[in-house]
This record gives sequence, structure tokens and C-alpha cells, in this order.
Amino acid sequence: MAYSDKVIDHYENPRNVGSFDKADDAVGTGMVGAPACGDVMKLQIRVGKDGIIEDARFKTYGCGSAIASSSLVTEWVKGKRLDEAAAIRNTQIAQELSLPPVKIHCSILAEDAIKAAIADYRKKHGLEPQAAEAPQATVA
Amino acid sequence: MKLPVYLDYSATTPVDPRVAQKMIPYLTEFFGNAASRSHAFGWKAEAAVDEARGHVAALIGADPKEIVWTSGATEGNNLAIKGAAQFYKTKGKHLVTQKTEHKATLDTMRELERQGFECTYLEVEENGLVDLKKFEAALRPDTILASIMMVNNEIGVIQPVAEIGEICRARGIILHCDAVQAAGKLPIDLATLKVDLLTITAHKMYGPKGIGALYVRRKPRVRIEPQIHGGGHERGFRSGTLATHQIVGFGEAARIAKLEMAADNERIRALRDRLLQGLSSMEEVVVNGDLERRIPGILNVSFNYVEGESLLMAIKDIAVSSGSACTSASLEPSYVLRALGRSDELAHSSIRFTLGKFTTAEEIDYAVKLVRDKVAKLRELSPLWEMYKDGVDLNSVQWAAH
Repeated sequence: MAYSDKVIDHYENPRNVGSFDKADDAVGTGMVGAPACGDVMKLQIRVGKDGIIEDARFKTYGCGSAIASSSLVTEWVKGKRLDEAAAIRNTQIAQELSLPPVKIHCSILAEDAIKAAIADYRKKHGLEPQAAEAPQATVA
Repeated sequence: MKLPVYLDYSATTPVDPRVAQKMIPYLTEFFGNAASRSHAFGWKAEAAVDEARGHVAALIGADPKEIVWTSGATEGNNLAIKGAAQFYKTKGKHLVTQKTEHKATLDTMRELERQGFECTYLEVEENGLVDLKKFEAALRPDTILASIMMVNNEIGVIQPVAEIGEICRARGIILHCDAVQAAGKLPIDLATLKVDLLTITAHKMYGPKGIGALYVRRKPRVRIEPQIHGGGHERGFRSGTLATHQIVGFGEAARIAKLEMAADNERIRALRDRLLQGLSSMEEVVVNGDLERRIPGILNVSFNYVEGESLLMAIKDIAVSSGSACTSASLEPSYVLRALGRSDELAHSSIRFTLGKFTTAEEIDYAVKLVRDKVAKLRELSPLWEMYKDGVDLNSVQWAAH
């Protein structure tokens, strides 16, 4: 399969790889996908006192497009308010990376990961969950 | 060393230069139709086809009259399975195969089910092998045909075809064997092996693509319904003008394989061991398929917590294949690895390395270093690896499947 140059760039030089402390109050963690489907994304945001996302980290198990999609959204969410980050749509991700139809699910997963991370942060701060929350993996 | 390094010999092999040389005159100079009985052009082509038939028959311990040329293994499996099932349908309607067969067998069985036959798809054991007791238990009074491959194309394990042959012969059940990955790599002797129909193809043994052969036993005689009708070529089993140059190439490839197989196998086995040694010292690396009953050329390895397609992308300087189906529309990983009871993660994380007679030690060393580096890099990226390192049992996680 031929990948776009942007996918290859993010895949070969992934941005913001790593983890924040999940227990940190300023951190929201989203983990979506399933090993059985061949992709799992963990996206974390660190939110400042002013409600702006200061930093983001990701780790992804999945194909090149899944890695590129999550790398891209860590760049996009930085500097955004939570509601702005929550407004990122998978179609924007797919368009930016020129994902073929068979890889659209990677961009959907990246959108879900952002929503899950935001929901986790809101929950920690006793805020009401917003509509259309993404399902998230839970460790028993 | 030329990049990318080819380690996908189970997909196809390069044509041996000696084979190509032998084929060329049959395209330009000796172009006659082997069915032309009235002139020297036809006689020359017929003689070349006969010689090749002898070489292919000799490779598998058959009589030349038992060889039917086909376009390749997909056609061979179709002709054998549909041909026998349709010929013997008045005797019964039950067929038996196993879940790790090639799609050319499985899809043919599905088609026969649509035509009213019933098929049992046997489970394999964790090592990829068919259990003889379970095989025997699956047979019914109305079973007419079984199809069991000799060597699995994804994991390289060798099925107990000789024992299965004894079971089938004792009950009068026709046994077909897909020996595509075995021919030229394992000694096959149909004089003693109780297989009635056997499929082989040239392009897996350094011959050209587009030519295969189906062995059809004469003693005791096995009958099949032809699937392609026409001029009555190949004793009516398979009509169509013979592709003389392809057949000549197949014959030469078979002649060379018979002579050089043993020495090639020793070299390939040493290289396979070198590859396995280089990879198995890493953490969480699993070899798929039985470790003893296997051909030396195929090594299927799962790199746990790394997804196969992203690994393929990282190691694009070696040409290998993956059990991950992320490139296909379905998200199902390899059905062969799933049939071994491998978890989805392990199936998604598998890479098949297949070595051949042109593989060098330098290429293996290059592959080992590349794979080790890239697996380490991708594990740094992997949330599953992080959880594993933190002692989280991944089976305890409620995944949000999509």
C-alpha cells in the first residue's frame, strides 16, 4: 500500500511520543481501540489552569496510518481550549493525511482518543460529561 | 548486497537462470503446438513436453502418465476437489478438510457446499498440525474426499499426510493433497505415499508462474470430472493448448530441484537457525507452528505488542509478509494463526520470513539487525508494551472495540 508523504513523515518522526502521570490532576487520559482490531491509541493531554491544553503525549499500537493520525492530533490539540479540541473531526485528520478509505477508521479512532482524554479530564474535575463521549478502555 | 532483501520465497521465487535459458528457445524457435501431429514443429514441442513431464513425475515419484498440466495451484486444487467430488457424488456428499488450508482449497469447498455437498473443516492443534484421531473421528460413511495440505504456506509445518493416506485408503476415501509448498523442498514419493490427487506449481520452486501440475493416480485408478472442456488435451482432464515454454521451465526446475534439494535444504536450515537465533533473544518473541515438523524455509514469528503492518512499513528494506490484515477491508488477522489459537494481538503482530536458495548470510544478518532495531522503536511507541512492562494483564482490560 502506498502511504502519503505526511503519513510517512509522522510515522518516521512521530511527535510527542510518551506518557504523562495518569494520576496527575492536570492530565486527561484517553485509551481507545482494541488489540483484537489491530489498533490501540493512548492519548494524554495536560491542561493549564486557564483551561488551555498545554501539552499532549501519545502511544499507539497500530498501522502506520494509526500512528500518524495520533501523532498529528497531539500537535493539533496543543494550545486549544477543551471545547476547541473536542471539535476536531476525523474528516479533518483523514484529509490532512490523505488517508485512503480503508484507513478512515484510524482517523475515527484518533478523534475518539481526543474525546476520551477530554472526558477523563472533565470527570477528574467534577465537570459534566459532554455529549457524544467516546467509549474508552478500562483496566479491571 | 542489493536492497530490498527478498525474504518472501513462499509467495513466489525468482526463476532459476538455468530454467530461463532452457525456456527461451521454446518461445521463439520451437514454438509449435504440441497437439500438432502433422509436422516437425508439433513433434518438437511434444517431445519437450514429454521430457518435462518425466522430470516433474520423477520429482514426486509418479508415472509421467499421472501428470496433468494446469495453470497453477489454484486451478489444480479446483480441478482435484471439484473434479473428484462431482465424479463420486453418487457415493456420498461429505468432504473433509482443515481450517489452515490455502484459500484455493477453502473457497472451493465453500462452492461445493453451495452445490449441496457437506464439508467438515477440522480444527488444528496449537502447533498447527492435524490430530489423526480427530481426523478419523470426522470421517463419515458418506465421506468421499479429504483434502489436507502437505506444508502450510504461512507457518511451514508438515502435516502427517502419510498417516492420513493410510486412514483414507482403508476406507476408500479419495485423498487430495496441496503440496505446493512441499514440492522441491521435501522428498515426495507417490509410489509409497497413499495420496490420490496432488497439486504442485512451478513458481514456488524456481520455475515460471502460470504453470502447475495435478497428479492423478492410476493405480488404484482415480477419476475426476474435467472443469475445462475443449480439445481433449491432457487425456481429457484439462483441455487447452499446452504452454510449451512454461512446461519446459517447470520440467527443468523439477530436474534441478531433485538434484539439489538436499544441499539447498542444509544451507537454508543453517540460515534459518541464524535468523531464529538473532530474533529469539528479544523479549516476547513467539515462533508460530511446530518447531520440529517444519520445512526449513518458512519462519513465522510474532513480535508481541507491535502491530504487523507498522512493522512491515518500518522494515521495508526486507520483503516479507505479515499475518496482520490491516491492509485489507476486514480487520481480521490471519485465519491460520487464529486457528492455532493465537490471540488476536499475536496474530496481528506476526511476520513471515521465507528463505530460499539465493538467500545469503549477509542478508540474514541485515534482516536481524533491522528487525531488532525497529521492533524496539515501535515498542517504545506501543501502549500495550507500556502496560505489559507495568505488569498490567492485557486480558483484564475492557477494550472499547470499534
